Amino acid sequence: MISRVRKTVPALLVLGALAALAGCGGSSDSSSGTGAASSGGSGPTLSLVAYSTPEVVYDQIIPDFQKTAAGRGVNFKTSYGASGDQSRAVDAGLRADVVTFSTEPDMTRLVRDGQVAADWNQGPNRGLVTTSVVAFVVRKGNPKHIKTWNDLLRPGIKVLTPNPFSSGAAKWNLLAAYGQASHAGRDPAAGLAYVRQLISHVPVQDKSGRDALSDFTGGNGDVLLSYEYEATTAQKKGQSVDYVLPDDTIKINIDIATTKTAPPAARAFLDYVLSQPAQQRFADWGYRPVNAAVLAANASKFPTPPGLFTIEQLGGWRAVDDQLFDVTRGAITKIEQNAGVSTAK
Amino acid sequence: MSATSLTGPRSAASGGSAPAGGAARRAAPAWRSTGALGLGVATLWLSVIVLLPLSAVVVHSLDGGLGAFWDAVTSRQALSALRFTVLVSLATALINVIGGTLIAWVLVRDRFPGKRFVNALIDLPFALPTIVAGLVLLTLYGQRSPVGIDIAFTQAAVLVALLFVTLPFVIRSVQPVLIELDTEMEEAALSLGARNATIFRRIVLPNLVPAILSGAALAFARAVGEFGSIVLISGNIPFKTQVSSVYVFNLIESDAPTSAAAVSTVLLLVSLAVLLAIRGLGRWGARHDR
Amino acid sequence: MTVDRRWQLSLRVVALAYLGALLFVPVGLIFYRTFEHGLAAVWESITTPAAIHAFQLTLEVTLIAVPLNTLFGIVMAIALARGRWRGKGLINAFIDLPFAVSPIVIGLSLVLVYGVHGWFGGALANAGIQVIFSVPGIVLATIFVSLPFVVREVTPVLKEIGDDQEQAAATLGAGAWTTFRRITLPAIRWGVAYGVVLSVARCIGEFGAVSVVSGKISGETDTLTLLVDKRFSNFDLAGAYAASALLALIALVTLLAMTTMNRRREEGDT
Repeated sequence: MISRVRKTVPALLVLGALAALAGCGGSSDSSSGTGAASSGGSGPTLSLVAYSTPEVVYDQIIPDFQKTAAGRGVNFKTSYGASGDQSRAVDAGLRADVVTFSTEPDMTRLVRDGQVAADWNQGPNRGLVTTSVVAFVVRKGNPKHIKTWNDLLRPGIKVLTPNPFSSGAAKWNLLAAYGQASHAGRDPAAGLAYVRQLISHVPVQDKSGRDALSDFTGGNGDVLLSYEYEATTAQKKGQSVDYVLPDDTIKINIDIATTKTAPPAARAFLDYVLSQPAQQRFADWGYRPVNAAVLAANASKFPTPPGLFTIEQLGGWRAVDDQLFDVTRGAITKIEQNAGVSTAK
Repeated sequence: MSATSLTGPRSAASGGSAPAGGAARRAAPAWRSTGALGLGVATLWLSVIVLLPLSAVVVHSLDGGLGAFWDAVTSRQALSALRFTVLVSLATALINVIGGTLIAWVLVRDRFPGKRFVNALIDLPFALPTIVAGLVLLTLYGQRSPVGIDIAFTQAAVLVALLFVTLPFVIRSVQPVLIELDTEMEEAALSLGARNATIFRRIVLPNLVPAILSGAALAFARAVGEFGSIVLISGNIPFKTQVSSVYVFNLIESDAPTSAAAVSTVLLLVSLAVLLAIRGLGRWGARHDR
Repeated sequence: MTVDRRWQLSLRVVALAYLGALLFVPVGLIFYRTFEHGLAAVWESITTPAAIHAFQLTLEVTLIAVPLNTLFGIVMAIALARGRWRGKGLINAFIDLPFAVSPIVIGLSLVLVYGVHGWFGGALANAGIQVIFSVPGIVLATIFVSLPFVVREVTPVLKEIGDDQEQAAATLGAGAWTTFRRITLPAIRWGVAYGVVLSVARCIGEFGAVSVVSGKISGETDTLTLLVDKRFSNFDLAGAYAASALLALIALVTLLAMTTMNRRREEGDT
């Protein structure tokens, strides 16, 4: 009897504490714990569906917007996740008013199913909210002196890059590798040869860019291929990493658009996101602004790599997806599949 | 020591089982109170919740026709993933057979301080979310391992993750049987001079085999579908550490949902076959008991 | 068989070593990492609005899924243990399927049926009901994964105790419902309780399937497990561990309830 009481009393106490915890939450509908208050307004509710990494930036931009005349009273619902997942979710019915993704196919998917207008990228910002470049993320102090693409192929160097088939955004890394070796697409064979060699230095392909970054900061690998802003964000969050901009690299486009069913407030929000205060927020976190004035003001932080090329030079997303990444016929697909066999372990 | 069985019971000495000579007795009262209507409603629930969605996957997998289905299922990567999945799940089941039986034995026949506590914790992998399990195993046996063991991104890592999530199955299946095992025969054999190893092999083990196999089959089925704990620690290297469930994930992410559905259908069929085999084993065990 | 001391000790050591390496140490690590920075930091971490909401959502979903599956479990267990009909093998295999199906497939399957382009998508949209990317979708996924537990715990108990008492009550004139209420139900209560406890643990811990159907709307469709994932990806390792520890704690509380109930069961209440 006594032992039973001794066992149940602690259990009840814990349950009681948990219930109390549940009770003191109240009817909160605010968003993430990092403080973006988004509730209580009497105006429309905007649904922002975004890829995962800019959560920290929007957590600041949204409250800023709500303090402006256009944003007063506007409520926000936000959803962040892997770019492809989010795009597919909107396609499958996730309500969205403003969408932003890290690859164009994720946007064109929504154009195809009629949710985003076909002229989404015809505006002055060409559909972009920010840009970035592929960079080498290295340990603080760059102990292995990794500077160029050839350095990645040095014996014993372990490179981390996510799996391009589980993360559309991860394709940018391989496109940068391919593009620089092929002289922006003019010599495909050389490009593919480089990618083949590079893959043999990759011990593991995580399923997303963030996983790869966590992997790297967790101690795996010597260098991580990632975006410039990932490195900056990691640094701001206290991770001890540095990054190197190779001379030749690809320009990463981050897209943004409003959906066809969005209320007018969505357009107002989009305009705000492209305006100076919001773009400066992006710049603070390492994203290259598209607002020319802000870019100029932060020019020292964002040097232009001499060999910068774009995906258009590689033929555009459709050609790239078809020739390189097609699940059955893509050239890089074949390299990936063969990598399992050729890497001796 | 207390335990419950997750699979069918063995009709043991305690309590009667289904009535023999059924014609003479009326249908069981509990059955009559819920009856056919209850069964109907319950089956409807099962169908709506489980069978309906799963059949949607099967139907969707045929969207591209049988040819596309076959291609998706027999692609090099699909076959390699399936082979690795089956092999590693078999290894998981095998290790669980040995380890699980041993642990069940110790929990039933041995006495030591804290045994109750240990027994309670056995069910923890069941209750812990797989993502937490993966995270913790990665921390412990990965690159920054405090104990110096680094198996991250190897096939061994997948095995360890699977062993964690399937830990309770064989143990909880064997324990009730061990508890109810009649020790008379063992004592008789002992008094006749048989050695422990012989007693175990010829008297104890045959009685445990159906329960061990049931637990192992459930562990196998669970291992085949496992995703959350593997996806972090395995590194998802095609042809080396990629299991089918992660391959399906990749197919979805690469906008090949029909192929994903096809591979999923194959996985479903494998699991279903194994689960039907458990039922067969259970019935064999019950008959064997007499 | 009486195992000699040496063997007994070696078996015990091997068993405990295996459990230690595979179970105790990893779980201990979760708690160690969580409380490394002190209790206050942990408390803050699990009382942010997002965390509180995630906890409430997880609880809400569990409180819907578990009673429904318990009802199903009891009815189905009676049908399996007491009824006589063909197809039990197949039904049993179907009931076990949620153990085996990959969570990604579960999520995919629900989207295929209830999603906007799915089988019922049109009808649901017309009725203004949103299932996928809303709480109902999470509920459906959670019901799916926790379906087998009560059935699996109650069926063996029903088979084991036999229907002698029930038959006796019937011959004494008790109606079917009375018999059920006063004989069957009390007899299976610990099986039901254990099944409920396992279901709760499973519901709280589900990640994969929910991740696909939830839409991850912060403050609306983020469960505790999704919160762990989000914090982990945002470099909030301490926050991720804190939420994981909360989940592990809930699991341990349910385990404690389990052990208490098991002890009661063996103290002879059946």
